[in-house]
Parts: sequence; structure tokens; C-alpha cells
Amino acid sequence: MKTDDLIEALSLDVTPEAGVRPRLALAAGVGALVAFALVVLWLGFRPDYPQAFGKPMFWMKASYAALFALAGFWCVERMSRPAGSGRKGVTLALSVFAVMAAISIWRWTSTAPDARMPLLMGHSWRVCPRNILMLALPMLAVTLVVVRNLAPTRLALAGAAAGLFSGGVAALVYGLHCPESTMPFVAVWYSLGMLAPAAIGAALGPWVLRWR
Amino acid sequence: MAAELEDRLKALMLRGQAGDAAAWRELLSLLGVRLRAYFARRMDRSAASDVEDLVQETLLAVHRRRMTYDPAQPFTAWAHAVARYKLIDHWRRNRIRQHVPIDDVAEWLTEPETESPSARGDLDRVLSSLPEKQQKLVRDVKIEGLSLAEAGARIGLSEGAAKVSLHRALKALISRNSGVED
Repeated sequence: MKTDDLIEALSLDVTPEAGVRPRLALAAGVGALVAFALVVLWLGFRPDYPQAFGKPMFWMKASYAALFALAGFWCVERMSRPAGSGRKGVTLALSVFAVMAAISIWRWTSTAPDARMPLLMGHSWRVCPRNILMLALPMLAVTLVVVRNLAPTRLALAGAAAGLFSGGVAALVYGLHCPESTMPFVAVWYSLGMLAPAAIGAALGPWVLRWR
Repeated sequence: MAAELEDRLKALMLRGQAGDAAAWRELLSLLGVRLRAYFARRMDRSAASDVEDLVQETLLAVHRRRMTYDPAQPFTAWAHAVARYKLIDHWRRNRIRQHVPIDDVAEWLTEPETESPSARGDLDRVLSSLPEKQQKLVRDVKIEGLSLAEAGARIGLSEGAAKVSLHRALKALISRNSGVED
């Protein structure tokens, strides 16, 4: 086919397309919905469910997760564009983690030594990161499909950004189930749960995100 | 000059994104010319038909992913990043190992308008006195702006050997042409 003919054909097909942000917002909507369904059908709500909304620690965990979701959104929104940089999102994520880590260390050191381990381990440290990852995987799959139809040029990083975004949203929904209420626990196990989908996204990126 | 080009292409891009078919046709035509020159320089072991295939694939990519251009950023940088990605992907699929500098966007902006046919003719004549490998070396380093290592690799020389060969070639050119007035 002659290039001029191709150009002619393409110029017949110029209806405006949905932008990057609406597409990613849709991925988050679908992802949150599936994560919520998994809480309803698999994990179950926390025992003190409706009353939890009145507890400050519930909102602390929700804010931590929501800020990571925002950081992930900033990252993936940029990394879905040619030569995009995820610096703004990464800076937010690191800053939020630093604050949580600092508060957790303060809590740890101001607690009697024999009362410290429960602060860190809680009751569910074995399953928390795994559960967040499970909740994140459906959204990661949807987000990777969305991103691959955009224009990422650094595929591993774009995949990681998709994973961070999915992890943040999943951790947010996970708060409906998770009954833990100590900062050191959240700083370690929630963070691991949100980083796991990022690692998987980074591994899948170079293969799944290639332009077809 | 580069700023005028950026403004012109960006205006066409925004109109195209909004659904203006004539603007989109003009933008793709202008991009096609630059893409052809950009790829041809970097694919000199490939047939012209391969270059044209890549031009078409890249125009298609520009079209399908046009919503990823952010008006707050320069358009030429976006287009260059797309072209560079498609080129690297082409090499990956064909198992060619080559390095593309990420900051060659400046020459992306100035090609091909700054090349006039008469200048190229004089240059060809001047270089024709050199052996073929040295001609290629001089073109690659001095005109295409490749590094000594890359240009040397193309003719089978190490970076050190390329440096020596280039030096000899330039000395020869100067001594042979020192009688020429311009």
C-alpha cells in the first residue's frame, strides 16, 4: 500500500478518542468493583464492619492506601505516554511511605519492648500482603490492557506503575476486611502488598505492553 | 526555525485530535517526510521498502495512539519518542543490536530542510577521492553525528582504529582540497 493512500485512509478515521485519564479511571472503577466483590464473596467484611467507619485507624489505613493509589495513578498516567516520567508519582509514594515509616518507628520505640512484636505482626501478617495482591490482580490485568493501547515507551516501568496503581486501589478496598490497627503493621505489610503487584507489573511489562 | 516547526506541527496535532481530517492528513504527510529521513539514516543496511514499511507502521502508531499527546508538552518530542520506539522495536523484532541516542531530537527537528541538493553534490565530489570505507566513516561521524564507536562498528573497525582512520581521511581531504577556493 502506498503511504499516501494510508494517510488518506487514516484521515477518514479521525473521530476523537477517549484520553489517557478517563481510560485509567475506568480501569480503577472496574478494579475496585472486582476487589469489592472479592471482599464480599471471599474475604468477608471485618467483624466490626459498620462501626469501623468511626475509628480513626480505619481512616489512617484508607488514607495511606488512597495516597499510594494516587501516586500510582500519577505514575501510570505519565508512563502511558511516549518518553513519560513517573517521577512525580514516585516522589509522592516515597514521601508517604517515609511519613508512615517515621510514625511507625516512633510508635515502636515508645512501646514497651515486650509489647512491640504484636504491633508489627498483628494477627494476619501471613496473609495480608497476599490478600492485597489477590485483590489487585484483576485490576492489574485490566490496567495493563488499557496501558498497552496507549503509548508506553519504557515498558517495565510502565508495568510497575500499573501495578502500584492497582495495589493502592486494592489496599483501599482491603480496608473493609482487614481488622489490624497498628502503624508498624500497615507500614510493612500493606506496603509489601502494594509493591507486589508493582513487581509483577514490572516483570510482565516488557512482554505484555509491546505495541501491536 | 525549530520553534516554527514545533508550533506548526503542534497546531495540526491539536486540530487532528479534535477531529479535523484535513489537518490530520497534513500532519501525517509532514511527519512521513521526517520519518523517512530519520529511519533511512539509521537503517542504511536495509532496503528502501523496509524503511517505507517502518514509516507506514509509525504513522499508523501515531494515528492509533494520538490521544497520548499531552498539549502541555512539546509535540516534536512526542513524535520523536514514538519514532525512536518504533525503530528500536523494529531492531528487536529483527534481532539487530544497535544503540539509538535518546537526545538526537535536535537533528530530528532540523532534518531534512537544512540539507540543500547543491551542498550534497559538492560534498560527494570532495569525498569521492577517498576510499569507500573512509567516505562512509566521514559521513557517519561528521554529517550523521554518530559516535566513533558506532561509525567504526559499521565498517568493522574498533573505536581506536576508527579514530585513526578518520584523522587520516580528514588530513587527506584537507591536503587535496587546500587549493580549492569557495
